[in-house]
Amino acid sequence: MPDPTAVAVMAETGSAGTAGNVIAAGYFHSYSVVGLLAAVGVLFVAVAFGAGRLLRPVVPTPEKLLTYECGVDPVGEGWAHTQVRYYVYAFLYVIFAVDSIFLFPWATVFAAPGYGAATLVEMFIFLGFLAVGLLYAYKKGVLTWT
Amino acid sequence: MNGALDVGLRLLVVFVVFLTFPLIVGQTEHKVMAHMQGRLGPMYAGGFHGWAQLVADGVKFAQKEDVVPAGADRRIFQLAPAVALLPYLLVLLAIPIGPSEGAVGQVVDAGIFFVLAVMGVGVLGSLMAGWASANKFSLLGGLRTAAQLLAYELPMLLAAASVAMAAGTVSLPGIVDAFRWWWLPWQIIGALVFFIAGLAELQRPPFDMPVADSEIIFGAYTEYTGLRFALFLLAEYAGIVVLCGLTTVLFLGGWHGPWGADGLGWLWTLLKTAILAFVVIWLRVTYPRLREDQLQKLSWTLLVPLSLAQIALTGIVKVVIS
Repeated sequence: MPDPTAVAVMAETGSAGTAGNVIAAGYFHSYSVVGLLAAVGVLFVAVAFGAGRLLRPVVPTPEKLLTYECGVDPVGEGWAHTQVRYYVYAFLYVIFAVDSIFLFPWATVFAAPGYGAATLVEMFIFLGFLAVGLLYAYKKGVLTWT
Repeated sequence: MNGALDVGLRLLVVFVVFLTFPLIVGQTEHKVMAHMQGRLGPMYAGGFHGWAQLVADGVKFAQKEDVVPAGADRRIFQLAPAVALLPYLLVLLAIPIGPSEGAVGQVVDAGIFFVLAVMGVGVLGSLMAGWASANKFSLLGGLRTAAQLLAYELPMLLAAASVAMAAGTVSLPGIVDAFRWWWLPWQIIGALVFFIAGLAELQRPPFDMPVADSEIIFGAYTEYTGLRFALFLLAEYAGIVVLCGLTTVLFLGGWHGPWGADGLGWLWTLLKTAILAFVVIWLRVTYPRLREDQLQKLSWTLLVPLSLAQIALTGIVKVVIS
């Protein structure tokens, strides 16, 4: 269900009170259906797991409960220290992805009447920043694996 | 009351599609792979060309013991398959197959955005599984999954942004409405980047390093048995359906066909999706697995620059024609 205060806020910020209300109602309606489907999905998984519990045998032995590591008894701890070599990629990804998010609202208006050439120049500046960032990472050797 | 019935019916249809389409893709994969490799594939289950093979598999999975390793993080381990599976169910709701209001589960106005965001969540399931299993190979698989998401989410996002620019909207039905046939050559680079990045995100061959069976057993899913393992498999095939559906809607014009979009438009959507699903299977049979560093390199040095070029191209053409 739409949250009444949120709808009120939406209505106030809308150009006209009633129009804003309608838009807000539609907006929340679509996401409430998404929420409903999520509930259906959770129910499906719960029923499947519950039914599975009734159907399957439960005969654990210590050997079964060992982790499988190619048939040899596991050595040391499962949560081993691993060298995460691509953590720099993670930084790159966060920076780039957050930047790219801004493309979407911009994409809907950039070719609207009255924008045109100016937004296109902006776009090239934006792409230039991304490309230079990528080039820098490449020069730094981040994108080659050792 | 009528509205509630309508919503209920839509949810039911989406749910049924979610449970059946992945199985159809799976069965097709059995048969297509077999014939490409000079085998027959399943022939016995159900009598006619082994059509009931996956049903039999399902029955088998449901009867198997559910083993949680003694050292595992029990709750997370048990929850992971659900986290991997459910995002694809939610994405299916937003994919339109026909021009009318009745041919989409629910119009979500920020469609592309919603779809990409929710699809990314599925990877979290593999990551949870890899970490919670307390198995070194699972952990490696989980980390590879994460690395793959980091590398390929970006080109996917940029390619999708290119279509949003071309259409001037982020709503999925709006994009297909705006589609013209010449978008096909115009957006072809974006389409290829999107599809390849999607394959990598689903960990399908040739991008299946996270589950590389000859290196790390079965990656994050090594310790899973029975129903939970089946749910991971279902997630993979639901992912194929979602990826092919999205590529169809974003780049191949969805319900537009040579004879107009009236009446049988939804059939075009399904046909294009099915052809793409076939291509996914075909690629699995054709290409060997990439190495982890080749995978990263492919994304950062090829797909990302290509998708940036596509955005530039889209921007120029769009401003020139408007």
